[in-house]
Amino acid sequence: MAKKPGNKSFEVDLANDDIGEEVRINLFRLQLECRHVEQRANDLFLQNLIKGTSHLGLGQEAIAAGFAGAMESDDYTFCTYRGHNHTLARGASMTGILGELMGRECGLLGGKGGSMHLTSVEHGAMGSYAIIGAHLPIAVGAAWSSQYRGSSQVTVCFFGDGTTNIGAFHEALNMAKIWELPVVFVCENNLYMEYTPIGNVTAVENPAADRASAYGLESIIVDGNDADEVYRVAKKAITKAREGKGPSLIEAKTYRHSGHSRADPGDYRPDGELESWLERDPVKSYRQRLIDFGFPKEEVDLLEQEVLNRVDEATETAKKSSPPSEEAIVKDVWADGGSSWRN
Amino acid sequence: MAELTYREAVAAAIAQEMRRDENVVFLGEDIGAAGGVFKTTVGLLDEFGPLRVRDTPISEQAILGAAMGAAMTGLRPIAEIMFSDFLAVCWDIVANQMAKARYMTDGQVSLPLVVRTANGGGSRFGAQHSQSVENWAMTIPGIKVVAPSTPADVKGLFAAAVRDDNPVLFFEQKSLYASKGEVPEGDHVEELGKAKILREGDDLTIVALALMVPRALEAAERLEKSDGISATVIDLRSLVPLDTQTILAEVAKTGRMVTVEENPRLCGWGAEISSIVAEEMFYELDGPIVRITTPHIPLASADHLEDMMIPSVQRIYDEIRRAFS
Repeated sequence: MAKKPGNKSFEVDLANDDIGEEVRINLFRLQLECRHVEQRANDLFLQNLIKGTSHLGLGQEAIAAGFAGAMESDDYTFCTYRGHNHTLARGASMTGILGELMGRECGLLGGKGGSMHLTSVEHGAMGSYAIIGAHLPIAVGAAWSSQYRGSSQVTVCFFGDGTTNIGAFHEALNMAKIWELPVVFVCENNLYMEYTPIGNVTAVENPAADRASAYGLESIIVDGNDADEVYRVAKKAITKAREGKGPSLIEAKTYRHSGHSRADPGDYRPDGELESWLERDPVKSYRQRLIDFGFPKEEVDLLEQEVLNRVDEATETAKKSSPPSEEAIVKDVWADGGSSWRN
Repeated sequence: MAELTYREAVAAAIAQEMRRDENVVFLGEDIGAAGGVFKTTVGLLDEFGPLRVRDTPISEQAILGAAMGAAMTGLRPIAEIMFSDFLAVCWDIVANQMAKARYMTDGQVSLPLVVRTANGGGSRFGAQHSQSVENWAMTIPGIKVVAPSTPADVKGLFAAAVRDDNPVLFFEQKSLYASKGEVPEGDHVEELGKAKILREGDDLTIVALALMVPRALEAAERLEKSDGISATVIDLRSLVPLDTQTILAEVAKTGRMVTVEENPRLCGWGAEISSIVAEEMFYELDGPIVRITTPHIPLASADHLEDMMIPSVQRIYDEIRRAFS
């Protein structure tokens, strides 16, 4: 076993690496895309080019990347209003995402959904849901559909720690298990339920993992700041689901670098907490890991520069896109494309 | 034609659609082995098996969520919410999710699904199992709202709802389950959003829905016989889409409109229809619009109390006679 010294989380047999160079570069690229699109979203908000609110996933990129990297292109993702990372990681365009945040015609949803509802069905990103818990039962339905149709599609459903205290979480887990559905539930435990420490309002220490046994599921906890670890656990759970062996519930421990939303500076966090988590910044750690693994630093830098260039291009394209036309208002309430409720 | 009860027509309609299309699946509480608490789903498990007729736990959010997720990904699910009162525990899925998914995603998502539920009073079940909540659904853009009054319409409108590519809330009036009527055999499909003129008169137009339809018809017969007041009766059948053309045309002929609804008074569907008629044909009216509703009070359970609250034939007759005196 060739171990790299001085890096505790870094225990890989390089000769028999289970992840491999191609996947690792992909995981790194996905994390970079998430990081730089989110930072750009923050900049554009400060320039008043993005209105309303948005909930950034800065610091949680390894979870989006690790799962997206482990999924097949026709698998389904369901996520929350903190869903930019997940939608992007499934392949939605940066222009579509930034354009939607800016309320432009080029937006993924034509300006009708906004930051909290990013969806790209063509990429299997089946929606971002802004009412806590709602999308867990909906993900169950997608998994039921795959099972019924005999397809091999797996549904992955992301949610926050706060979701574990709402009824829909429990209804969904129970139904997924009794029907042995191909769905993987992923709790991104970033320690805070909006502004309140999750531990202050939850009966158990690990809000998702400690509830798993109630639904006949294994208790699984993963370091959500390590894309390799996330990828490994994702692969295992997704493979299990695809083989018809039923659902999984995974709790990924992570940390939100910014506040809950735009309105929240995160002042409630104890001194030093953010700093200690920034030392475990998933993107920085992964970059270092690649270099430790022997990827040339210049290539790592080049990869990052390419991502930045694409974010710049997407930003400029989105800025140039028109605001949505008035006709968009009355379009697509109904499947016939219209909005009429009377004759 | 075959004579079926309203409840038998429900099972016949579900079976018709499940035979026609393998993508139609059905889920809900006690719908399989038990045949439904109202016996509206008898025989479906035997014919279609447990993969297509799925008994669920008491998890209304999961039932409607699962229906929505399945509809997004290629199926045409039918979900049962046992009593329409229970829609309150899963209203998020209806009002925030199903109704808005297509619009918010700029048309990326279609939701061809039906939520069917036992609605309305008259069964002495008390305030939490008797409400008439079709007006809740009517207030949410993005949901179609259908409520049949006859076994034939149960079959025809239900088939239309299943074949529609939008979410449809299908309200079955539980006190009508035992009522009988002729139902066309074979493939029977009606059009959503078309009201039905059941009776034509000269003096007023009564607009009714579900259980209020047979009561309005009986009241109209009595008014004609006893008082020489002749009434048109319209069965709305669907609140969304709303057949305003038929309403406006029929009210124009008689010059008076009476709505008869089971909803409690405030913001019952009759209020919206009254507002449309008042706005669009005020000068063609010969007298004030009359709304006959359940009072704005939770429903009591004792039979004699409930009967005084929900519009009865006698009350419809009395209120119309008073309006014409």
